[in-house]
Amino acid sequence: MNKVIHKKLNRSLGGSVVLFLIIGVFAFFMMIPLIYAISNSLKPLNELWIFPPRIIVSNPTLKNFNDLFNLMSDSWVPFSRYIFNTLFISLCGTFGHVLLASMCAYSLAKLRFYGSKTIFKIIVYSLMFSSSVTTIPNFLIITKLNLINNYLSIILPAFAAPLGLYLMKQFMESMIPDTLLEAAKIDGASEWRIFFTIVMPIVRPAWLTLIIFSFQGLWNSGSNLYIQSEELKTLNYAISQILAGGIARAGVGSASVVVMMVLPILVFIFSQSNIVETMSTSGIKE
Amino acid sequence: MAVTEKIGFKSRLAMIKKDQVGYLFALPYLILFFTFTVLPIGISIFFSLTDFNSISIRNFVGFDNYIRLILNDDIFIIALKNTLIFASITGPIGYLLCFFFAWAVNEIRPKLRAFLTLCFYAPSISGNAYLIWTLLFNGDSYGYVNSILLKMGLINSPIRYFHDPKYMMTICILVVLWLSLGTSFLVFIAGFQGIDKTLYEAAAVDGVRSRWQELWYITVPSMKPQMMFGAVMSITSSFGIGDVLTGLVGFPSTQYAVHTIQHHLQDYGGARFEMGYASAIATVLFALMLGSNLLVQKMLSKVGE
Repeated sequence: MNKVIHKKLNRSLGGSVVLFLIIGVFAFFMMIPLIYAISNSLKPLNELWIFPPRIIVSNPTLKNFNDLFNLMSDSWVPFSRYIFNTLFISLCGTFGHVLLASMCAYSLAKLRFYGSKTIFKIIVYSLMFSSSVTTIPNFLIITKLNLINNYLSIILPAFAAPLGLYLMKQFMESMIPDTLLEAAKIDGASEWRIFFTIVMPIVRPAWLTLIIFSFQGLWNSGSNLYIQSEELKTLNYAISQILAGGIARAGVGSASVVVMMVLPILVFIFSQSNIVETMSTSGIKE
Repeated sequence: MAVTEKIGFKSRLAMIKKDQVGYLFALPYLILFFTFTVLPIGISIFFSLTDFNSISIRNFVGFDNYIRLILNDDIFIIALKNTLIFASITGPIGYLLCFFFAWAVNEIRPKLRAFLTLCFYAPSISGNAYLIWTLLFNGDSYGYVNSILLKMGLINSPIRYFHDPKYMMTICILVVLWLSLGTSFLVFIAGFQGIDKTLYEAAAVDGVRSRWQELWYITVPSMKPQMMFGAVMSITSSFGIGDVLTGLVGFPSTQYAVHTIQHHLQDYGGARFEMGYASAIATVLFALMLGSNLLVQKMLSKVGE
């Protein structure tokens, strides 16, 4: 009943239509480059060079994708190796990040040890600068740890990404009632047991979010200083080499963009509601 | 006195013992976090005071690197200026876009909302899809934009958007804004969904008459924590712009038209191996990011008080 009155008061039909038109237009503009990438990737050669260029493809073909795979398998390092590298780094890095960040978040949010508040403050500060400012010292640290040309040089820093810990800690703090943990403790459950059988199932949306963020970041990781040998490089690096070919490779280049964007977008579609739920607790409280 | 101290000491021991599990849970993450995030900041600041050349430190040079940056490095001044332009335009505008679109998307029915969210968020997770812009705005007449403008007779010869300093900054800002609906956008969507609906009903009774008034009097104050977090995300990324620009215009850019501090850092650290000097650049960037973040946090915390 209330809701009906509320709608009548503050939601004019005209306003809704205007608002919908505005975001519809903007949403379309946001999608243009992606649509263009998809349409280009499906164009046969003669259509790529039609003047002026068109969005709609009259004879769609998968030739560009075919060419992409041929081009990649012609390279000195087999294409499958780049895929393996990227998948290995993404899966291991994501798994470790979710596990370690959740454990630490649980400790900071619920176990609250001596000094935990200060540590959380440092983590919030670390969100305020990007990791690029620490490239030089990190290169030295990785060298000293003997991790050059080792997957671990990408995986280990990914374990300790601050954003994931921050989101997880905020989520745990507002989603897990202390009384539940106390009850479990009285029943004699150990902290480890509580963590894996009570806490982790409750914070499912949060760790799905961490999985997605971490996976996206690692999946898109390109060339970096720590990996120099060609056979350890990532898919994104290999693909950016193709795109560097410029307009002459417009078709294959677009196909490669499509290949790279499909997975993150699909993952997001299936997990959108979980991410939004996690973000609901993400605010900075003073 | 002595008695209370004794109890204090005992209870502290007991506290640490009780906390043991807490430390164990946190330790693996914290070791890595300190190794790859906290420690490097310290090292970077230390290096910036030396002439470290990636092999050895010969001299402790004090603030010489910083003095050289400001007085003797014209390119750095260009980079600083460009970084500030990028940050002061893409930061606030990106932030407002996130806020506005998140709000607008939330006014839409749930099924359509999920689709629109995807439309806005997709660019920021599509890897190097931003390179498509180089095809859209390609410098010859095959570029989509050029061909339209030529056909309409607005220009006589194709514009080289990514190589003509007159257009580079504008077009790069456009692409960066296109990429800016990222984490903050999702944070705001969640924030809007989390607002207590009864507040709006109460407000309607109290005389709030339009959705614009609702936005100002109820939504913004209730969203404060999310707005502060979103600001951190937007500011940090707007100061760190670099790789995207390299992808668009190459490195170095024509006449350093979009040369940022990030590029300068990569140049000295990655190509010239003047690590002491590069560390000074990194420290300046670090200070800019942290400083503006803390400033904005302070300002936002005053909102609605």
